[in-house]
Amino acid sequence: MSTNARAAFGFAVVAAALLAVGLGQSWSVSLAVLNLCLISAVMALGVNIQWGYAGLFNVGTMAFAALGGLAAVLVSQPPVHAAVAAGGVKLLAAGAAACLAAGLVWYPYRRLPRGAPRAVAVALAAAVGFFIVGVFFDPAVEAIEAVDPSTSGYLGGLGLPIVLSWAVGGLFAAGAAWAIGRVALGLRADYFAIATLGISEIVIAVLKNEDWLARGVKNVTGLDRPVPYEVDLQQAGWFVDLVRSLNGKTLAGLTEAEYAGMLRDLTVEASGIFVKLCYAGLFLAVLLVVLALSERALRSPWGRMMRAIRDNETAAEALGKDVYRRHMQVFVLGSAVIGVAGAMLVTLDGQFTPNSYNPLRFTFLIWVMVIVGGSGNNLGAVLGGFIVWISWIEAEPLALWTVDAVTAAMASDDPIRARLIEGAAHVRPILMGTILLLVMRFSPRGVIPETVGR
Amino acid sequence: MDVDIVNAAVLLANFVVVPAIAYGSQLALGALGITLVYGILRFANFSHGDLMAFGTMVAILATWQFQAWGIGLGLLPTALLALPVAIAGAVIAALAADRTVFRFYRVRRSAPMVLSIASVGVMFVLNGVVRVIVGPDDRSFSDGARYLINAREFKTLTGLSEGLSIRTSQVLTLALAVLAVAALFWFLRYTRAGKAMRAYSDNEDLALLSGVEPDRVVLLTWVIAAALAAIAGTLYGLDKSFQPFTYLQLLLPMFAAAIVGGIGQPLGAIAGGFLVAFSEIAITYPYKKFLHYVLPENLRPDGLVQLLSTDYKLSVSFAILVVVLLWRPAGLFRGRVL
Repeated sequence: MSTNARAAFGFAVVAAALLAVGLGQSWSVSLAVLNLCLISAVMALGVNIQWGYAGLFNVGTMAFAALGGLAAVLVSQPPVHAAVAAGGVKLLAAGAAACLAAGLVWYPYRRLPRGAPRAVAVALAAAVGFFIVGVFFDPAVEAIEAVDPSTSGYLGGLGLPIVLSWAVGGLFAAGAAWAIGRVALGLRADYFAIATLGISEIVIAVLKNEDWLARGVKNVTGLDRPVPYEVDLQQAGWFVDLVRSLNGKTLAGLTEAEYAGMLRDLTVEASGIFVKLCYAGLFLAVLLVVLALSERALRSPWGRMMRAIRDNETAAEALGKDVYRRHMQVFVLGSAVIGVAGAMLVTLDGQFTPNSYNPLRFTFLIWVMVIVGGSGNNLGAVLGGFIVWISWIEAEPLALWTVDAVTAAMASDDPIRARLIEGAAHVRPILMGTILLLVMRFSPRGVIPETVGR
Repeated sequence: MDVDIVNAAVLLANFVVVPAIAYGSQLALGALGITLVYGILRFANFSHGDLMAFGTMVAILATWQFQAWGIGLGLLPTALLALPVAIAGAVIAALAADRTVFRFYRVRRSAPMVLSIASVGVMFVLNGVVRVIVGPDDRSFSDGARYLINAREFKTLTGLSEGLSIRTSQVLTLALAVLAVAALFWFLRYTRAGKAMRAYSDNEDLALLSGVEPDRVVLLTWVIAAALAAIAGTLYGLDKSFQPFTYLQLLLPMFAAAIVGGIGQPLGAIAGGFLVAFSEIAITYPYKKFLHYVLPENLRPDGLVQLLSTDYKLSVSFAILVVVLLWRPAGLFRGRVL
């Protein structure tokens, strides 16, 4: 099959699967799956920019997604004025102290020659700096977290529309990627992977424990929404009229009481679907923009250079390409895309829960998407995002259904049956691993292989 | 004043030294497996943490079975009896993974990165299997005497105001780790197969020319790595408690230990394991009480004197990793030669 035919076939299968979910479970579930598919596809594009274009093995995806989520909180939540008043100045002082400490460490590092004296001086400066920052930072945190800890206890955000946070999330992730890249990009490929894995765990640890920033494990819930609320829709006259006109057949020939009840049920259902459709529209717009930009970049001389670096670093370097700087570029760009997707995810959930970030779901699963879809092919990464998310989310109900069907003959309180049903909930990782291994083995270039452009 | 110094020393021993020795031994055993696979099969094996979880799961199931049969070791945990079963289980899992996944890429001489990504697939499968079989919750499987030295008994015995408690599992960890490491070093140093493994790690082509059989070396590497993983995982589970996800999180400190020590250097992996464990615990321990014993009254601090909150344990192993990579990229023991 040609690449185009494969892509068409792949997306047709995805559409059929979503239809099947819609008909079998409900349209609401189907749309919820679609929304997460779209977000996953954007994340997969980010990883594809890093791995597919440039061959960077970044296993820290989770951190960038979480930083995007943090942006959603910091942009959209209203500011907590009492906390700002209590600790704002102190926190600024701590920031100044941190700058001073950085200078303290930087000075001997730059001025002294390599060797034991420099190592001692830097270590000493770091210890002193750590102490100075602590003196300013600890009281600031204490003051902020003391403000109404059960409902706020953090600085709050800027109170701006949450859609803005998608761009800010990208900037956050890009900034973090730059800082991480400075340390890690000089390393060998496998050390780079382990380093990014470590950094992502640290970022999550910070988000969990720095309550003054985004309430840590106490979570921030009830975030602002870019789309209308279901309750408002159900009250809106135009929406009810819309539902009435769309369901003329169902509503025809009912008594007055039945009519009102039926209309209410239909409106409730339709409002949920309408909200999810609004989200889907927004996410699709972002996905298309990112996809178009990625595609343009890949087909440009810049993309060609990236592939050259990926395929033979030494040769590219000999031709005068600055491998370190190109790697940094692609690392920052890819991470920014992941950050945007992270902010969209938190927007969709309406809450920021640092505990929910685990590497299996937010790092390795995204990797599976890229490899299954086809590394180096943007459309492939998108398709991979769709296929893998659908399998991930539908694995559990399918496994439960299978177990139920197989064990239907057993007594309902049979311990073996209970154990199987309990276990069925955890088949997801097995399925994911198997898909990854099978694709790597039998179709190593993915469902839609990379096309070599000139 | 003298009593205060002794009290301070006991305090530190109880909360820092003893736990760090146990944790360090567990990390060292895990890191040994990682460093062997890294040095001989030449890829970063991301599935090692879940291989540990798998071995521990087998140990738990065997322990329950032994308990059901009424077989026990008295004061020692029954899990010790289950350990051979766990080792067998982990070895079978590792060999199955090698046969079905890793061998294909090894024969084709794929890039190390491809093998690492394949190990992510193996990690997913093992993680799922463990969760399907024992579930994602905490499983406690330790029995026998909990303490070798109880804090209260220690206090009455010595008359000190600080207690020292040493758990059976901690002593067991150290004893088993010493035994396993001694056996491993003897094997690598004095047996033909061990020498073949070292030769293969040092220079693959030269070793092949000298008649080293590659399949045997690979087989032995997996057997040893999996056995060590099962021991490390079971000991960790006995010492703390078993939860499938914690083993995924052990991956980072174990990698840090292996790289810090120098890839392919067993001695380095052990040193790295203890370095990581001691720094993690020493940096996250609050020194308030310790300083109250040692310092004169007017200098005593009010705060906890904790350098980092316990939740940042992971960042300590990571900081060590980065510093070593930047300052001495081959590791403390100049790695890559077994």
